[in-house]
Amino acid sequence: MKHIISALVENKPGVLAHVAGMFAARAFNIDSLVVGRTEDPALSRMTIVVIGDDRVVEQVRKQLAKVVPVVKVQDFVGQPVVARDLMLIAISAPPEKRPELMSLIEMFRGKVVDIGQKSLMVEVCGPESKIEAFINACKPYGIKSVARTGTIAMSRQAKTEP
Amino acid sequence: MKSKSRTSARSAGQPTIKTGAQIIVDMLIEQGVDTMFGYTGGVVLPLFDRLFDAPIHFVVPRHEQGGCHMADAYARASGKVGVVVTTSGPGACNLVTGLATAMMDSVPVVALTGQVRTELIGNDAFQEADTTGITRPITKYNCIVKDVKDMARTIREAFYIASTGRPGPVLIDIPVDVAVAKYSTGGSVEMELPGYRVRTKGHTKQISTAAEAINESKQPVLYVGGGVIIANASEELRALAEKAHLPVTMTLLGLGSYDQRKPESLDMLGMHGAAYANYAVQECDLLIAVGARFDDRVTGKIETFAPNAKVIHIDIDPSSISKNVHVDIPVVGDAKDILGELVKDVEYRERKRWFNKIAEWKKKFAFRYDRKSSTVKPQYVVEELCRQTESKAIITTGVGQNQMWAAQFYRFTRPRQLISSGGLGTMGYGLPAAIGAQVARPDATVIDIDGDHSFNMTMTELATAVEHNLPINVCILNNGYMGMVRQWQELFYNKRYSKSYLSNPDYAVVAQAMGAVGITVDKKADVPKAIKKMLAEKKPCVVDFRIEREENVWPMVPAGKSIDEMSGLDILERLI
Repeated sequence: MKHIISALVENKPGVLAHVAGMFAARAFNIDSLVVGRTEDPALSRMTIVVIGDDRVVEQVRKQLAKVVPVVKVQDFVGQPVVARDLMLIAISAPPEKRPELMSLIEMFRGKVVDIGQKSLMVEVCGPESKIEAFINACKPYGIKSVARTGTIAMSRQAKTEP
Repeated sequence: MKSKSRTSARSAGQPTIKTGAQIIVDMLIEQGVDTMFGYTGGVVLPLFDRLFDAPIHFVVPRHEQGGCHMADAYARASGKVGVVVTTSGPGACNLVTGLATAMMDSVPVVALTGQVRTELIGNDAFQEADTTGITRPITKYNCIVKDVKDMARTIREAFYIASTGRPGPVLIDIPVDVAVAKYSTGGSVEMELPGYRVRTKGHTKQISTAAEAINESKQPVLYVGGGVIIANASEELRALAEKAHLPVTMTLLGLGSYDQRKPESLDMLGMHGAAYANYAVQECDLLIAVGARFDDRVTGKIETFAPNAKVIHIDIDPSSISKNVHVDIPVVGDAKDILGELVKDVEYRERKRWFNKIAEWKKKFAFRYDRKSSTVKPQYVVEELCRQTESKAIITTGVGQNQMWAAQFYRFTRPRQLISSGGLGTMGYGLPAAIGAQVARPDATVIDIDGDHSFNMTMTELATAVEHNLPINVCILNNGYMGMVRQWQELFYNKRYSKSYLSNPDYAVVAQAMGAVGITVDKKADVPKAIKKMLAEKKPCVVDFRIEREENVWPMVPAGKSIDEMSGLDILERLI
């Protein structure tokens, strides 16, 4: 099962290496790992998607918390959460295919960000399932390359839930 | 926890201009360091210059690995933080085994390493190595100080992290330009560790749940690890075992936490543990683990470990809870504090049937060896050491058979008495550990019970012992083999002794050449007087016991078996 784990870490050199090294040393599987700055320049947030059963993920959480520069760890499993992935995807797009591709891109609320002679670069953002669905939908046209950020997430406040 | 570092923020007094190296030395003194170990080199010259007239007793090993083990054993013997300093590159790389040893056994060590100039880092400079990168997985924490203004704070943090919570080694890497940079140190030095919190107080409700479980249990066992020794909780453990009337078994690192001469002691459990301890664990209805981590050498086949037991686990490290074995009642915090609370809520239960059963096992499966044999039996040597030192010596060990015989046949009576590499199993630990322990406890009798090949790995440190007039004793249980490997090859590899035999030097001559006393014993009858002579020596003394070549350690839980599926019980029974 996939768990999204969010860790607030000190914004110091070596922290990413420490966290990534711990995952490797303890044979935990990382699906994705994203690091970015937060509103506080002294802190960064790591969002880590981990695959494993509850016991493994509990160990991941505890081992993360044990890393000295890791300030706070949250496992979002079972919580209402907004999770997003951003993808840039280059799709083969000869002129005759472009109209139907455009409507597909629209359905996924994607954005064309670059146009080449034979291809389009599209930006798509959303939950992982949507990204995967878009990739699948594009396959028949031919995918030239894909770059994804990995998941970032934040728990929903109950009162603002739609 | 133990040996509290000064945590309060306080001013360093009048602003004065100091170099990074001077700040390091001042902070070491602030942290109460009066002894350290280390080896000089190019980029630590500024630091060693400041150490030249510092009020710190300094021991130079012959190899940095030895220095790290000395600092580790100094910490284990004294309860203080051990400090080791080396140069960059090879000096730092030579710490790796020592740091990993300290990490696995939760020993507070602070390692200071020199580094090449900041602007050269990453350029493959002379004697450059990525020290923080190399040591990250084998330290509790490490960092590089790139700005002299962070020096004082970082050193203080290093001691605090090393010595609190579940202790461990901390490495600080210091580029040489930072060591010579000047800084006005008037400001306050506050630690900045937003991610480091230590929980010492146990959860009250969990403690009372644990007490209820103990009071209800008909067949309980206390399973005690090195955490009790680290937490200085032996007194509380004794109070609990006596008040609630509980049998106590210990891990290798837990030996000494409970007096083995007491009737409740079940001695060591696990792969080469006592059969009675293993049976008691397998049949218990309540397992009370304290400061232990359910290591594979203790549990054997994990699925069938203590199958009928409810498990209480008291540990300061939350990540130890339910890591290997499901825990029913976890209590996170300091063992001293928690055991102190727990003892208030428990009641005496006679548990006559349980103790009778244990007594029968103890009688039937006591550790035994062939006393009638005409050869020098290693177990006899250890027994004789125990007898002549009246169970009072500090024992260090190598790794393998020598270590197991020391654990089985010496009777440990107080904490910090056995100093052994448990988790990492570092051959070569025994001699430098004896030196570190003797430096920490100058008046104690320190004996390294070693194997010939463990001794071979670090015997160069004998020169260190001689230089510092340390009256350590080294008892080599010399069978010519890497004994434990040979035992496995005998049992599981059809006696194909692949690469487990090496020719050895004449250790008595080696010892004498290095300025120590050397004795060779090849007759059983000479064992007592050789030990007597050794103990009377003021100089370092090496005794080369030419033991029975193919003696095995029994009992033994073969890999992958439950801990009650021991081999060698028939041998023990035959020797009754």
